[in-house]
Amino acid sequence: MIPQNHLLVLSLVLLTIGVVGVLVRRNVIIILMSIELILNAANLNFVAFSRQWQNLTGQIWGVFNITIAAAEVAVGLAIVIALFRNRETVNVDEMNLMKW
Amino acid sequence: MLSALYLIPLLPLAGFVLNGLFGKRYLSKQLIGIIACGAVLAAFLLSLGAVLQLGHLDSVTSVPGHLEVDREAKRVTLTAAEWLHAGRGSQGAEFSIPWGFTLDPLSAVMLLVVTGVGFLIHVYSVGYMAHEEGYWRYFAYLNLFMAMMLTLVLGSSFPVMFVGWEGVGLCSYLLIGFDYPKDSAADAGKKAFLVNRVGDMGFVLAMAWIFASLGTLEFSSVMAQASHLAPAVAAGIGVLLFVGACGKSAQIPLYVWLPDAMAGPTPVSALIHAATMVTAGVYMVCRCSAIYLQGPQALMVVATVGALTAIFAASMALRQNDIKKVLAYSTVSQLGYMFLAAGVGAFTAAVFHLMTHAFFKALLFLGSGSVIHAMSGEQDLRKMGGLKKTLPITFATFLVGTLAIAGIPPLSGFFSKDEILWKAFGSGNPHGLGGVIFWLVGLLAAALTTFYMFRLVFLCFYGEGRMDHETAHHLHESPKVMTVPLIILAVLSAVGGLIGIPKSLSFGADLNFFEHFLAPVFETVPPSGAAAVHAAEAAGVSHGEVESLEYLLMLLALGVVAAAIFTAYRFYRARPEIPRRLASAMPRLGELLANKYYVDELYAAAIVRPTLAACRGLHAFDARVVDGLVNGVRHATMGFSILSRIFDQYVVDGLVNATAYIARGLALAFRRMQTGQVQSYLTLFVFGIFLFVSIYLFWNR
Repeated sequence: MIPQNHLLVLSLVLLTIGVVGVLVRRNVIIILMSIELILNAANLNFVAFSRQWQNLTGQIWGVFNITIAAAEVAVGLAIVIALFRNRETVNVDEMNLMKW
Repeated sequence: MLSALYLIPLLPLAGFVLNGLFGKRYLSKQLIGIIACGAVLAAFLLSLGAVLQLGHLDSVTSVPGHLEVDREAKRVTLTAAEWLHAGRGSQGAEFSIPWGFTLDPLSAVMLLVVTGVGFLIHVYSVGYMAHEEGYWRYFAYLNLFMAMMLTLVLGSSFPVMFVGWEGVGLCSYLLIGFDYPKDSAADAGKKAFLVNRVGDMGFVLAMAWIFASLGTLEFSSVMAQASHLAPAVAAGIGVLLFVGACGKSAQIPLYVWLPDAMAGPTPVSALIHAATMVTAGVYMVCRCSAIYLQGPQALMVVATVGALTAIFAASMALRQNDIKKVLAYSTVSQLGYMFLAAGVGAFTAAVFHLMTHAFFKALLFLGSGSVIHAMSGEQDLRKMGGLKKTLPITFATFLVGTLAIAGIPPLSGFFSKDEILWKAFGSGNPHGLGGVIFWLVGLLAAALTTFYMFRLVFLCFYGEGRMDHETAHHLHESPKVMTVPLIILAVLSAVGGLIGIPKSLSFGADLNFFEHFLAPVFETVPPSGAAAVHAAEAAGVSHGEVESLEYLLMLLALGVVAAAIFTAYRFYRARPEIPRRLASAMPRLGELLANKYYVDELYAAAIVRPTLAACRGLHAFDARVVDGLVNGVRHATMGFSILSRIFDQYVVDGLVNATAYIARGLALAFRRMQTGQVQSYLTLFVFGIFLFVSIYLFWNR
């Protein structure tokens, strides 16, 4: 049986990697992958606490999260492709359309 | 004819309009002459018809509001239209002036003289002006003058007369300055105009006073009511009217313009400055005889000024060398004679002399014009002489005119001048010498007149020719168009006096047609203020004595005239060295006469130069002080506006702009946050969470 603390630390590590990846990297694809990491860190926490409290709610949240993540990736990739067609780049620094 | 009275001034006016508008471009010289002369001829014939009808007024019916006939006073008044209407005055008198024309014996005489002599001068001008530039302009002015003069003569009220009065003044100005490129002519025109304005002021004031006292300006009602005037008021009005007459008729002190007016063409001198316009003053005084008789002091002024003018102007004519200037001073002198007559209450004599003078002075001027024409424009007597042979008709007619003005019986001048002298002698109060002094002055003036006129004749027509060879070669008698008017005028000058033969010379018969004709005009005068008029009769002198006295005076006058002719003959024909010796014996007197008593210089020093200096001073004041003030205000306003602009630009606009700049600066600062990059937003987001979580944990420890 893996101790609860290990799971939480792993989750923290994943989250940190994900956040840093989102903030630091310039490639949209990498950023999307980092977002997946953050989601997975959250899922891991859900599942870990579900097991500790013997309550299924966390498990169910996890399944929903994965579903939503899948849908999000589909939408996200579509946006990335559309952007790429318009600007021929995947560098987020050049994607400043929201600037006034 | 009487109901067509208004046509008489209108016809020459039509001639003026036609020639004035179309003469320059479209009309030939011949046509211009025909229009101008024809208009005046038609006016003359109409006048003749009207005057004949005036003699038989029984056949004329009154038309109320249009044609009023007064059989008693032999007066016909034609009202053409309402002219001025200005409501009621303070005394309830209605100020309403109709445009009306009056024909009575007085205006009839003037009418015939003006149109008759005017027509002859028009015809003469056709020849005289034939080679002049501005032929159309000359005849247009001349016709306008006729229209104005006829308005003056026929006007039924003071204002209508005043229109004519000013109109003839304007025409006189225009015609004196006809040769306007010459400075002398333009200056003479201006001088005439300005001097006349001084007189007109008197006329206007008199009109105002008459209206204030009597509430009307119609001649007929003013003269009918004149006896209601206080003597002092009547005298005041009379003197003011006489100031006007002095301007127009060139009396002391306003005579200075007339000699200068000779700068105009010679027929103009004859028509305007001898025969018609200058007599307007005499006509006006006679027209207002009722006012003058009410204020005898005014009559005294008129007589005195007239007598002084007669003698002074005559003496000034003695040393003139310009043929026209001699005649000009002669005119001034003769006008003085007329005023002398009017001033002693002998209005009929004044009008009589006015008429005969119109004949012989027009004749003399036209004769001098003929001489000047022959001499190619030369006017200096010193360069003439011996013209008798080359200009026989001019000489003969000129001699008739000279004899007439000298008063040789039975030429016209004799009758009129003698009547004036006789009436002057008989005037004044029975105990005083007033009348005798007037008579003496008149006699002396007559002697001087005779002397300078014969001097003129001897210098001009007798002796050796003193002109240069070129001029002598070109000497010629004037064309028929000029000589025929001369002959007609000579006949008129010769026989014109016969209509006024005095009682003493008519062998018991009553032949003084002229006096009878004019009687209705001067008879209506109330005898109350007329002390001076019939003084001789009033003095209680018996009829026989009066008559023998009249013969004596007549003989005296004739003797004096004969002596004057003889002296002139000795001086300028037989012994030409006498005048030179006289001149060297009395250099001062000669200088004084030759320079016309320095009156022009006196006026220049006393009036013209101070006026000009005052004008210059006022101009300087205007330019420096008034303009300075105005400009100062302008500069101050401009200064204030510049300050105001600076305040507006920097302070007000500065505040407004500052608001904008601040908003813009803030916007610039904050817009840096909107990079559009999700990552920087997220960075902030994460750090925010970190911050808030840290604070939360820190507090909840």
